[in-house]
Amino acid sequence: MKLEELRFGTELLKRGFASMQKGGVIMDVVNADQARIAEEAGAVAVMALERVPADIRKAGGVARMADPAIILEIMDAVSIPVMGKVRIGHFVEAQVLESLGVDMIDESEVLTPADEQFHIDKHQFTVPFVCGARDLGEAMRRIQEGAAMIRTKGEAGTGNVVEAVRHMRNIMGEIRALQGRSPQEITDRARDLEAPADLLLETVRRGRLPVVNFSAGGVATPSDAALMMQMGADGVFVGSGIFHSSDPARMARAIVEAVNHFEDPAVIAEVSKGLGKPMRGLDIHTLREDEVLQYRGR
Amino acid sequence: MGAKIGVLALQGDVSEHLDAFKNAIRASGSDGAIHAVPVRRRQDIAGLDALAIPGGESTTISRLIDKNDLRTPLIGFDGGIFATCAGMVLMARTVDDPRVRPLGLMDFSVRRNAFGRQRESFEADVEITGLDGPFHAFFIRAPVADHAGPGVCVTGRIDEGIIALEAGRYMALSFHPELGNDPRLHIRFLKNCGLV
Repeated sequence: MKLEELRFGTELLKRGFASMQKGGVIMDVVNADQARIAEEAGAVAVMALERVPADIRKAGGVARMADPAIILEIMDAVSIPVMGKVRIGHFVEAQVLESLGVDMIDESEVLTPADEQFHIDKHQFTVPFVCGARDLGEAMRRIQEGAAMIRTKGEAGTGNVVEAVRHMRNIMGEIRALQGRSPQEITDRARDLEAPADLLLETVRRGRLPVVNFSAGGVATPSDAALMMQMGADGVFVGSGIFHSSDPARMARAIVEAVNHFEDPAVIAEVSKGLGKPMRGLDIHTLREDEVLQYRGR
Repeated sequence: MGAKIGVLALQGDVSEHLDAFKNAIRASGSDGAIHAVPVRRRQDIAGLDALAIPGGESTTISRLIDKNDLRTPLIGFDGGIFATCAGMVLMARTVDDPRVRPLGLMDFSVRRNAFGRQRESFEADVEITGLDGPFHAFFIRAPVADHAGPGVCVTGRIDEGIIALEAGRYMALSFHPELGNDPRLHIRFLKNCGLV
């Protein structure tokens, strides 16, 4: 094997990394202790943050990339992949996370967007990206920009699964609705969705997104996680739901097992017993429009 | 009822393994009496002719093996096992990290994430003993092996260490043939198991 023939950061390596996360739970953590709890519980990766989304909501102001010292502390603590969030369009924050060695970058609406017109050109990076999407058009645009994983946005920091369900249904339902349509009809629909036609044709042919599709934004219980899996998610991000519950280690283990056995209600019942209080949660209808994170980026 | 290949479906790139086996079965010119199925429960393991342990996170898969009482049936399984990346870590006798409890089915020691983090993941052509020409391999946060015991045949090695091993009907690889379109290693595995 000649060193000059090694290739790094190819599309297949990026999408392959995402495939290795399938069937897994990715947990938000804010320090090394939480990261170790997540790893011990069976998380496939952790998202290193300064604050979980529920606390970002409470704090208000501009939410930015986490302090690199926190991210490095978490990278030192665990052997599983570590992800980090950057603001939509903030390609320098992404360059910083890449230089730290994070394994995947989340270009996230949970942080305050830095660019209202463009997302990051993710093809320029060696590390893979995950991006949020509310519908099929948004997912197609992010994949076109180089996202190696999609996560449905849901509504982060609410502990309310209703938006996650809405977004997963949007994406899966639109793909199902296009099955059996002619290439011409699909191309026509691509114009409405503001999606690249070739990517939409590929998606319809496969019957699923061409990259891994996780669920995020509001998953707070084992049943929530299994619900998203039964709706077709490849895996689940859990943000505030674990470390805002009364017994995070137990909640973390229970959600991992519920995702593993998402089609077995008896197991979900067993792991849900005596879990203590899940995070309190928010009714989406009580949010002001400027507090709804999913509207950021499109 | 033909031969049955299971893919351990606790976590990881299970569907890629299922598709790769289906492709390999077609490419081998077999009569199609082999099928590939996901397996999650101990009672599913006994009736298999061969099993794949996929790529994924070895800490997670190791934990779920114990949680689902699969350790004993996996160690006692008498069919072939095809293991990639995290699967290779689980096949080892010893792992450099106490967070993973390997199955110890093959006599070698393994180092997790031996090349570093995701940005150090790479693809390259590698030489595998017995294949007619190089194999294009995808290494994703890949492990490498050292110190293979006398019963284990090393079939691939690069500067960093051992990347491919075989012992009877077991095959362990630090890369992911299931992500590419080259069925040669899958076909060889099926032949080693007497299934094609």
